[in-house]
Amino acid sequence: MKKVDAIIRPHKLDEVHTALQEAGFSGITVSEIRGYGRQKGHKEIYRGSEYSLQFVPKVKIELVCTDSMLDIAIDIIVKQSKTGEIGDGKIFVSTIEEAIRIRTEESGDAAV
Amino acid sequence: MAAQDAAPTVESNAEAIKTVQTNSDYVWTLVAAFLVFFMQAGFAMVETGLTRAKNAINIMMKNLMDFALGSLAYWAIGFGLMFGVSATGWFGTSGFFFSDFNGDNWTYAFWMFQVVFAATAATIVSGAMAERTKFIGYLIYSVVISAIIYPIFGSWAWGSLLNGGGWLEDLGFIDFAGSTVVHSIGGWAALAGAIVLGPRIGKFNKDGKPNAIPGHSLVLAALGTFILWFGWFGFNPGSTTAANTDIALIAVTTNLSAAAGAVGAMLTAWIVLKTPEGSMTFNGVLAGLVGITAGCANVSPLSAVIIGFLAGILVVLSVLFIERVLKIDDPVGAISVHGVCGAFGTLAAGVFDIGGFNLDKVLVQLIGIAAAFLWVFSLAFIMFKIIDKTIGLRVTPEEELEGLDIGEHGGEAYPDFEKVSK
Repeated sequence: MKKVDAIIRPHKLDEVHTALQEAGFSGITVSEIRGYGRQKGHKEIYRGSEYSLQFVPKVKIELVCTDSMLDIAIDIIVKQSKTGEIGDGKIFVSTIEEAIRIRTEESGDAAV
Repeated sequence: MAAQDAAPTVESNAEAIKTVQTNSDYVWTLVAAFLVFFMQAGFAMVETGLTRAKNAINIMMKNLMDFALGSLAYWAIGFGLMFGVSATGWFGTSGFFFSDFNGDNWTYAFWMFQVVFAATAATIVSGAMAERTKFIGYLIYSVVISAIIYPIFGSWAWGSLLNGGGWLEDLGFIDFAGSTVVHSIGGWAALAGAIVLGPRIGKFNKDGKPNAIPGHSLVLAALGTFILWFGWFGFNPGSTTAANTDIALIAVTTNLSAAAGAVGAMLTAWIVLKTPEGSMTFNGVLAGLVGITAGCANVSPLSAVIIGFLAGILVVLSVLFIERVLKIDDPVGAISVHGVCGAFGTLAAGVFDIGGFNLDKVLVQLIGIAAAFLWVFSLAFIMFKIIDKTIGLRVTPEEELEGLDIGEHGGEAYPDFEKVSK
């Protein structure tokens, strides 16, 4: 089993999520985060003072899938969220040791 | 039998008409008082919008309690000092706890109108002292300003409106609804408090450069400003304390000045800060309102536009000056909006008097402005220093960083929200 952590632009979430659902991925976790890579933040002004907003709002998608579905997941995420501009995001893949469905106590691929 | 009294006479009709007028005076005065009361919500929203979420409960409590304690203090002591019989013209000596009530309900109506004005002055200070003041210290201040500092100056300018009299009004001082009596009193007390407290942690770098500490909701600050604007229609027109057609001009000057203040501030921010900055523009509305409060009944509509516009420019420049040059931390701009623009508005009431420019009139205005500053700033400064040296005025650095909601009130204003505390 593999875990996909994908950091994408917030407004791309709907398209990515819809495409993942259509491809059969049944579970997903989404969080609102802030961060930066090559895309820097910007300056804002409040009353008389300037300040830097270094962190850019992003959305993080986490999903766990079987080894065989990994490439499909990556393909969908890249295709739906890529714009070609700096700030498109990143995908990290890691290996999951175990997964358990709490309701049925199934484990392994059946739990994903 | 039909309840038909004797046929009306000219005399009885005249009596009846007088009664209707008197009753109307009461209704207008009290409705206006209720509008001014609602300004407490306005102040609370402006202050919390311009400060951080971790201090929101504290802001709410300060705004609630300066009204609650202030009302009680004004009933017990303040009202008597301000409107009681005044042998000297410097303070009143009757009417404490309504002890001189003689059956004339006007005492109650007038008190109701005056207490919400006193509470307005008191609550101005809360914004300048936000995010680092010990709650108990603020409670003590609330009692002192409502019982002593505000009413004594008020007696100089307004005492004769009831049973008293004041040396300043005897000179011809014009301050119809309180640019000085209410707003400068609050503004200069705010200045004293902010100086004694010192700036928030992280506000100024070692080299003195100010850092932005953004408020947590400009939406709330905007709502608060609109509420204050609305309440001001009680503040200014209500100061006739009579139901007559004067209130029309006063409402017009009030509204025009607020609108011009918004424009003046927005343009100034656009030029100086390169952007129509939101919080400055909303401050501009309030600057216009404070600026017209003294002269709302004796200036023309065109003058009101000019006064408001200039106040809008002034408030932006003042905020920047106080922060960048004086290095005083005023999270909401209270000193600039109420102290500086209050003084400006008082001067403007002399300069733009509809009867024509008269240097003597202007000089009297200046005397009042100076007297207010000297009286309030010194007393408030001494009071805050005493509080500071005894029970302490400022919270510990740890508490300030964690947020006063936890330290002073044991809770969180927004427990459901994930907050990034700064």
